[in-house]
Amino acid sequence: MEPILRVENLTHTYSAGTPFQRNAIEHIDFAVYPGEYIGVIGHTGSGKSTFIQHLNGLLKPTEGKIYFSGQDIWSSPKVTHETRFHVGLVFQYPEYQLFEETVYKDISFGPMNMGLSEEEVDRRVREAAGFVGIQDALLEKSPFELSGGQKRRVAIAGVLAMEPEVLILDEPTAGLDPAGCESILSEIGQYHRAKHNTILLVSHSMEEIARNAGRIVVLDNCRILMDGTPREIFSRAEELTRIGLGVPEVTRIAMALRARGLPVDSAVYTQEELKEQLLHLKGGNAAC
Amino acid sequence: MLKDITLGQYFPGNTLAHRLDPRTKLMMVIIYIVALFCAKSFVSYGILALFLVVSVKISKVGFRAMIRGMKPLIVILIFTAVLNMFYTPGREIASFWIFRVTVEGIWAAAFMVLRIAMLIMGTFLMTYTTSPIALTDAIENLLGPLKKLHVPVHELAMMMSIALRFIPTLIEETDKIMSAQKARGADFETGNLFRRAKAMVPILVPLFISAIRRADELATAMECRCYHGGEGRTKLHVLRYQRRDFLCILLTTVITAAVVIIGRLGY
Repeated sequence: MEPILRVENLTHTYSAGTPFQRNAIEHIDFAVYPGEYIGVIGHTGSGKSTFIQHLNGLLKPTEGKIYFSGQDIWSSPKVTHETRFHVGLVFQYPEYQLFEETVYKDISFGPMNMGLSEEEVDRRVREAAGFVGIQDALLEKSPFELSGGQKRRVAIAGVLAMEPEVLILDEPTAGLDPAGCESILSEIGQYHRAKHNTILLVSHSMEEIARNAGRIVVLDNCRILMDGTPREIFSRAEELTRIGLGVPEVTRIAMALRARGLPVDSAVYTQEELKEQLLHLKGGNAAC
Repeated sequence: MLKDITLGQYFPGNTLAHRLDPRTKLMMVIIYIVALFCAKSFVSYGILALFLVVSVKISKVGFRAMIRGMKPLIVILIFTAVLNMFYTPGREIASFWIFRVTVEGIWAAAFMVLRIAMLIMGTFLMTYTTSPIALTDAIENLLGPLKKLHVPVHELAMMMSIALRFIPTLIEETDKIMSAQKARGADFETGNLFRRAKAMVPILVPLFISAIRRADELATAMECRCYHGGEGRTKLHVLRYQRRDFLCILLTTVITAAVVIIGRLGY
């Protein structure tokens, strides 16, 4: 299968040519295939934000190339501009970018910039609002009257309405209460299943990523340290702990059990899996 | 790109220029500016230029940083030079249409450019070596006597330090909002002036809202710590003049006096 996004030898240097010069990411090679749900995890300062801002052409690489559907996104200004519609990026705390008089107008900002017809914009706005659970009655309200969680949803809808093939979310649950986190993540999951598009979810929380992503990318020290399925990643739990990234609670329990001599696979990361293993173990013991 | 603004940015260091009392530096700059406007001859300009060069050397700021800081002001310099060149009466050496270039005009232009350049560099040397907080502290202290006239000196100084402190924050915020709107296809680079002005709305609205929110939060935080203005407020770092402060002010005054006397003598 052809990758939808391909990154080749990407390096980005901030404040080049001044005493404050430093590399944010170094020589990254990476490919995203259509329909994937990828979790991106790393410390503050590991280069996550810089990395994802390259994928839709907001930052220009100091070195290296980025291809969307096989085309270099910096080949002309027009292509760069268009890439932003194909690769939607939801920033951290996106509610701070709301500016219109009504929720409807704010969500339609992106589709309007794409130059779509009014009916098409209307359809997309309503559909995007539906995905994030914003009722029609709220559409005519001012976005500034909404609660924090609702504002966040409106801002996410503003990107969904562009119907990007690749959707990147930078810590969409930061600062929300557990119930809010849960519902935003399940809405994103529903959207993914309904549209079969590609999603990159950036997060601090291993739990969040373990539960949703089919593939995990670990960034550390400006580079990609690990890239694989959750099982592959969590089988390297010691390494993850060493660089200061946690593993999901379930994996930690499995590791502790293993340390006490129980033959448990420590790469499990869901409660069901662990439960099954433990039951199996118990069943085995009972048989003896 | 917005982050690369360097106008008057503070370069931390530990040289004599950094350790001087901020009030001393402020007074030195004021005296120096007076001297610059009294200077009329090569000799006096030479003395003042030498003083500036020695000060820059001591501060270790480097001449490249000084020159870089001048860049945004080049237009003003050229404008002054051109005006002086054409509007000074005297011996004519060239003319076209309604413009007349005179020998005196060229001299006046050269001196004026030199004067402004040295004035700006002198001021930059102060802002390069003094943190904004120290500077507002100095201003508050020097304007202290005005409190007798019920001028809200402390409040003005506090407003100034808050404004200075939030400039980098707001620049960062603007950068972030711009990226977010660009990600939704906003276009700030093309179109005529009207379209570009309209394209600023999606940046300005969130920026103002967040500035107001920050101000509100800051006010609450200050109140929580019982801030209630300047009355009876003490300082963590009390400014105290040292021997070097008196010496530096004395030196600047002597140089200014010398420049004035040289002017009187007609050299």
